[in-house]
Amino acid sequence: MKQHILSIIWLTPLVGMLLLLFIPKENKQLIRLFANIVGALGMAVCLPLVFWFDNSIADFQFVERASWIPSLGVEYYLGIDGVALLLIVLTALIGFLSIWCSWNAIQERTKEYYAFLLFLQAGMMGVFMALDLFLFYVFWEVMLVPMYFIIGIWGSARRTYAAIKFFLYTLAGSVLMLLAMLTLYFLHFQQFNEYSFALEDLMRTTIDPTTQIWLFWGFFFAFAIKVPMFPFHTWLPDAHTEAPTAGSVILAGVLLKMGLYGLFRFSFPLLPGAAADDSTVEILAALSIIAIIYGALVSLMQKDWKKLVAYSSVSHLGFCTLGLIALNPAGVSGGMLQGINHGLSTPLLFLAVGIMYERRHTREIAEYGGLATRMPVYAALFGIAVFASAGIPGLNGFIGEFAILRGAFEKDPYWAAFAVVGIVLGVAYLLWLFQRIMLGSITNPKNETVPDLSPREILIMLPLVAGCFWIGLYPKPFFDLLEKPAAKLVERVQPGYFERAGIPNPLDKAKQVAELTKE
Amino acid sequence: MIPQFTATDFFVLKPILLLSLFGCGILILDFLIKDPRMRWWNAMTALLGEIMTGVAIWQHQQDLGGAAIQGLGGAIVVDGFSVFFNWLFLGAASLAILISVTYLEIEGEHRGEYYALMLFAQAGMAAMAQGYELVTLFIGLELMALSFYVLVGFLRDEKRANEAAIKYVLLGAFSSGVLVYGFSILYGISGSTDLRQIAAAVAQREPTDPVMILALVTLSVGLFFKISAVPFHMWAPDAYEGAPTPITAYLSVASKAASFALMLRIFLVPLWSARELWIPALAVVALASMTLGNIAALTQSNMKRLIAYSSISHAGYMLLGLVAANETGLQGIAVYLFVYMFMNFGVLTVVAAMRREGQPAEEVDDLSGLMARHPGYAILMLIFMLSLAGIPPTAGFLGKYYIFLGLIEAGHYLLAVAGALYVAVAAYYYFRIVRAIFLSDAADPPTFHLSRGVKLATVASGVLTLLIFFYPEPILSLAADSVLLALR
Repeated sequence: MKQHILSIIWLTPLVGMLLLLFIPKENKQLIRLFANIVGALGMAVCLPLVFWFDNSIADFQFVERASWIPSLGVEYYLGIDGVALLLIVLTALIGFLSIWCSWNAIQERTKEYYAFLLFLQAGMMGVFMALDLFLFYVFWEVMLVPMYFIIGIWGSARRTYAAIKFFLYTLAGSVLMLLAMLTLYFLHFQQFNEYSFALEDLMRTTIDPTTQIWLFWGFFFAFAIKVPMFPFHTWLPDAHTEAPTAGSVILAGVLLKMGLYGLFRFSFPLLPGAAADDSTVEILAALSIIAIIYGALVSLMQKDWKKLVAYSSVSHLGFCTLGLIALNPAGVSGGMLQGINHGLSTPLLFLAVGIMYERRHTREIAEYGGLATRMPVYAALFGIAVFASAGIPGLNGFIGEFAILRGAFEKDPYWAAFAVVGIVLGVAYLLWLFQRIMLGSITNPKNETVPDLSPREILIMLPLVAGCFWIGLYPKPFFDLLEKPAAKLVERVQPGYFERAGIPNPLDKAKQVAELTKE
Repeated sequence: MIPQFTATDFFVLKPILLLSLFGCGILILDFLIKDPRMRWWNAMTALLGEIMTGVAIWQHQQDLGGAAIQGLGGAIVVDGFSVFFNWLFLGAASLAILISVTYLEIEGEHRGEYYALMLFAQAGMAAMAQGYELVTLFIGLELMALSFYVLVGFLRDEKRANEAAIKYVLLGAFSSGVLVYGFSILYGISGSTDLRQIAAAVAQREPTDPVMILALVTLSVGLFFKISAVPFHMWAPDAYEGAPTPITAYLSVASKAASFALMLRIFLVPLWSARELWIPALAVVALASMTLGNIAALTQSNMKRLIAYSSISHAGYMLLGLVAANETGLQGIAVYLFVYMFMNFGVLTVVAAMRREGQPAEEVDDLSGLMARHPGYAILMLIFMLSLAGIPPTAGFLGKYYIFLGLIEAGHYLLAVAGALYVAVAAYYYFRIVRAIFLSDAADPPTFHLSRGVKLATVASGVLTLLIFFYPEPILSLAADSVLLALR
């Protein structure tokens, strides 16, 4: 059981999907119920991970390794560290909530819808577990197809355009990544005379600095498009705005994190020389800062509620990449934590938009106003989401932004200065959004009769709200999980960082613990 | 000394002999069948012939102990290369026979000659894959081409079919002429038609020798025609569109594979020493094929024309394997051709099944709303489209994988990047089809004629397209064996 827990986690939604196909499509209620049960089950099988995960170990855990295509050296190789653990739990949660929140919203082609959602879930889980680059690429690509359909079939007016744009953009990035992977694979073959796609094998390869930089950009396009970093973000507003609520929730909650995760897991560790190169770092930092400020400014201008939330993602992910590229412990763990934070608070915002859209069928901000008087519970939950996104102390966004700023300041005070401007703008557009929608008196008579949240809607939002408060008030368990993976990355990119900075290296502690347990 | 026809000769020739024999047998059998409804016996006989041929190929594979088996004084051989391609031809012909019965019955052209010609074409292809001597190769090529000329125009009452056949005959004859001119130069250089002796003679010459350049140009032009590479691709869309759909599939898969087999034999044996000369030329042609094929396919509304342009771009990808000119690249061509068979057949089988008021329905829009009506076929089509685009988890990805890896190993990074980016372009038009199937509703859907043969062919193609991805080892080792012997 324990050895195969990762396989069980990614196969649960897949098996659920296959079983779902046997339910006749007329039986919509049963399909819904079944999909929700599978979603809940998908979450339940992740729970043992949380208990079994041993945070004193710096290596990958729950490793599964078997040969798949021997003549190409491809392996079925799974394993997780603290970062992957957090992302897997987040994926399970978001996956379940997105299935649950579709109960009333999706009335057409219900069976296909849930089948695609579950298939997507399996692919996303796989991405966070794969330690073999070939396997990773397969999961990475497989995931695109169900998302294409979720946007393309159940989206709003411009859905086909948004779906194909999302698909082609991501595909173009991924094929360049494939070439970079193949080059690494070949270089490894030249040096060791054995074919392997395993991450640790490829990390042993020595690569000259120029090649490293080329390969880095190869990987970069795939991940930068997924994050999305400026100027590769143009698919995002379309995809997020046109997708059904569940699609937006998954896109914001999980898919964007994959780009971040890819940079963290593959780009930097595989090509430390490129990551230590000053011009690479400066370009990435500049792109991140532009994303932060540009995303915020564009959000300020939006008249469409959902589009505003979509552009806010560009800005928030800019923070994450800025933290990551600072390449010091505070920045890296802050960046990854902010990724998790964004995965909690932005789905909340999208759920809020979706809930109103189901009631009023419009996303124009101007159509609303004074909703707080009619819908106090909704206003409260939406307020928490807005505050969490804006980085108000006591909620998760603050913790993440603080850690990122600390990391960025350590690297270069100017970065931090620009990022602070972004935070101020972020507070501005989010609070202004809240004010226009919730406060004042009701100006539009159509809003007089909207009902407040149903118990189901409250229950869907509560776990995310709880997560926001947890990270906001007691982030220590999360930082503990991120500490070692972040330290590993920093040591890989800047060997001897901890010694120079005079900070104790968490990896040494892990080593001591390992030795003690051996004795 | 009078050469004796030995048991080895017979063994080596067996697939070709069996195919010819069954082809002739069908011609006689057809004569004996009085009831037109019993014509499917012709197809059954052809399938029986395929099974017997399969046994012969299997025997070839078993007896192959690393070295090539030579027959008829070295004119014809059995090696890993020929075994691989013979399997491929066998698969393509079997699939084509399976889907032909219903199609021909509806068209009212169900005749024995059709199956006989298919087997003759396959015998020609087998000769192309097994031949090690110019005359044998050329006879094989012409046997295949002549059979296809008739098959493309088999629907005699169709204007489009006649036009297609005429175009195909004229351009095909021209290209064969150019190719045989190249052959004659090779003979002139070496005084022999045996590929090994030609290779020895060519190696003595400077690659920049004008005679060599002339030989290279004529041979390349002739072969580019046959594999429908740009700028010699003009016949393909018309021939593909006008031919009966099962023949479109057979032509696009088997004839292309056989032409690639011929091309590989000629470029890797006699012309290998001149590779510095042909690699850049092939690179340009490959790039042009991918560019034109992909861009022209973007705007096609007819499925068969779309597949024709996409097959031009696929030919470009396969040529890139030859540009890489290393083991990985050549293995890539073999794998690519093999997986291409299943995905292309799968798509065209579904197209062949669609009818509206007795007429073939071949537009992309005719697939609209397929998901609502035939979800199983819609999902199979999705698998084929992903495979054609080269997206995992489908076999098409493996073909691209090898080609890209081969290019990287050979240091052709820019070509690899171009090939990779065209994947995204191609995905656009493949996903136009996916969009029609899953995202649109049909106002006036065509009817589907799903005979058992059609069902079997589609499901088998779909299952194999997935299976080869998840368990590729057998195909990869077969392809690896084929490459080793092609490189001597």
